[in-house]
Amino acid sequence: MMPTRRQRLVPLRSLRNKGTDMKTTMKSVLAAAILGLALPSAAIAAGGKGKLLGHEFSFNGVFGAYDQGELQRGYQIYQNICANCHGMKYVPFRALGDKNGPGFSEDEVKAIAAYYEVPDEEGEPGDTRPGKPFDYFPDPGAAGNPPDMSLLAKARAGGADYIYSLMLGYTGEEQETAGTILYENKAYGGYLGMGPQLYGDDVEYSDGTEATIEQEANDISAFLMWAAEPKMVERKQAGVWSISFLILFATLVWFTNRKIWAKVKHPEDH
Amino acid sequence: MGTIPQEHYEPKEGTTSKWINDRLPIMGMLDHLNKFPTPKNLNWAYVFGGILVLFLVIQLATGITLAMHYQVGEDSAFRSVEHIMRDVNYGWFLRYAHANGASFFFIAVYAHIFRGLYYGSYKAPREILWIIGVLIYVVMMATAFMGYVLPWGQMSFWGAKVITSLFGAIPLVGESLKIWLWGGPFVGEATLNRMFSLHYLLPFVIAGLTVLHIWALHHVGNTNPTGVEVRKKDIETVKKDTVPFAPFYVTKDLFAILLFLIAFAFFLYFAPNYLGHPDNYIEANPLATPAHIVPEWYFLPFYAILRAITFDLFWIIPAKLGGVLAMFGAIAVLAFVPWLDTSNVRSTTYRPIYRWWFAVLVIDFFVLMWAGGMPAEGIVPLVSLLGTIYWFAHFLIVLPIVGLIEKPLPRPESIEAAFKKKHDITDDANKTPAAGAAAQPAE
Repeated sequence: MMPTRRQRLVPLRSLRNKGTDMKTTMKSVLAAAILGLALPSAAIAAGGKGKLLGHEFSFNGVFGAYDQGELQRGYQIYQNICANCHGMKYVPFRALGDKNGPGFSEDEVKAIAAYYEVPDEEGEPGDTRPGKPFDYFPDPGAAGNPPDMSLLAKARAGGADYIYSLMLGYTGEEQETAGTILYENKAYGGYLGMGPQLYGDDVEYSDGTEATIEQEANDISAFLMWAAEPKMVERKQAGVWSISFLILFATLVWFTNRKIWAKVKHPEDH
Repeated sequence: MGTIPQEHYEPKEGTTSKWINDRLPIMGMLDHLNKFPTPKNLNWAYVFGGILVLFLVIQLATGITLAMHYQVGEDSAFRSVEHIMRDVNYGWFLRYAHANGASFFFIAVYAHIFRGLYYGSYKAPREILWIIGVLIYVVMMATAFMGYVLPWGQMSFWGAKVITSLFGAIPLVGESLKIWLWGGPFVGEATLNRMFSLHYLLPFVIAGLTVLHIWALHHVGNTNPTGVEVRKKDIETVKKDTVPFAPFYVTKDLFAILLFLIAFAFFLYFAPNYLGHPDNYIEANPLATPAHIVPEWYFLPFYAILRAITFDLFWIIPAKLGGVLAMFGAIAVLAFVPWLDTSNVRSTTYRPIYRWWFAVLVIDFFVLMWAGGMPAEGIVPLVSLLGTIYWFAHFLIVLPIVGLIEKPLPRPESIEAAFKKKHDITDDANKTPAAGAAAQPAE
């Protein structure tokens, strides 16, 4: 990979690096809530003020489902780029084998798990061992506490589209604040600590797909949506069946109800 | 059992039903519920009571199952919710049904409350029925608020902090009360534990109040769109105004329930997080304040009222306390509606002036809901304040005065007459094949 892109990430407004004085924070929250005043800029935003691209994903809509190739390619992006800084502590390696998820084979899942070093609970504190399928994606412990990615696609307004737009939203403008370089991003709607991560041709896709920057952004966003919502396909399938059943049931009840009321509403006919 | 004459339950000699009923009159009670004389002219606004009973059951069933997998605790709550979503069989269904179920519970309760306000369901002899309803609504809000804290996400934590801190505004005892509620000097493990305990308890309080609510209803009988009472002279007269609950309102309510469930299912299966807030997928962090703390949508009108008071009231009540009093007062005022309404006409259908004020109240409710969801800047504080003023003015000024000055429209003499007119039913005496086809006025 290209080490020049591995900047240490120090997100200005990341969730965990705010040493804000607790009392001040509480006061300002109360002030905002009760007096209806705007919060000081120290507060963090979970997206929302930027411009999103409105990308059409394969899993959008009632019948939309995850595309296995897309998720596998997205995983490649995660492993080679995101995983340097971001963990996924709620996603177990075994989930990568889900048939409604990336659908990696058992051997592939084992190999992927072994690629990561996870804390060794049987050794000394700080010891690590290669991962097993039942382990979870470890936190790489990067500086600045980059957010865990397990739920990222659900924790940002706009969801997967936000991640897609963020990946493609860098303007190239930079700003130095207190020794930290910040990068302007249209999706974020301001400057953020994470620099551009995708340029195109960042990985060589194992299925031969051309790794354009748009393709990479699409794949990683789809993968993170799956990571956050692994049961989406089952859910939508259950939904189509449930709602079809409810509509059929309601139709039958409608006619039954009409028939039952007929002799009350139209006694002449009976 | 009630004030409406109804056929008595007479089980046959030698049956098990009789054996049971002689010892516990439960068979008679079920028979009463089955045959309960219900006004034949109820419209679709009257379906929400049945829907609410179903949703109480849904919330209890999904909630009790979720509690089997949820692990209360600062370090375990968020993780166990993810365990439910990812590992528990149909855990995603349980959680999304419970979370969206709360929203649909509130949609139904608001529809039910506004139906009651429109048709004067609170008027004598239904004041206690109405007040029990207001209590159910208050306990529902407390339950929903505590339930939202349990996943221990960012909005859970900060919502809990903002709302519990309100009690700190109470003079003299406020600070101590707040610490007592928190179970310590800050919102943390102890707070979460008690929220869980109470979130499990309160639904059973709601269930108990619901039994009282339905008991009171079966004693006094339903209202109906005309506001004219069922004639209670004898069973024969009652039968002209009513139909037995089963099968007539079983199939009608069931149809309404199914339509409501279709809307519910759409959110549950296809947009399960639409009514939630993305920040609640971020684990609670006492050191990072969300930019914009908002409660769930069903609290927004009252949240707007809370934020509307930005100035000292009557020079002595500080703004913070004023907001708290306004918020609780906006709900409490509902309990006094039976005595604030001076009109002797029940149904707003026959109140030409009040109906416009009622429309304004409904609009005001939605305007406040909008204002409660917006950051308090620009025009929002002014809109919230005007909305709050109207909310109180409606109940404290409009409702008493309009009742005194309004000239109501003529009301039908009975439910039977109104029903016959609506469905073009001619009297049996005049019944001929030709008359049946012609649309003629009933009287």
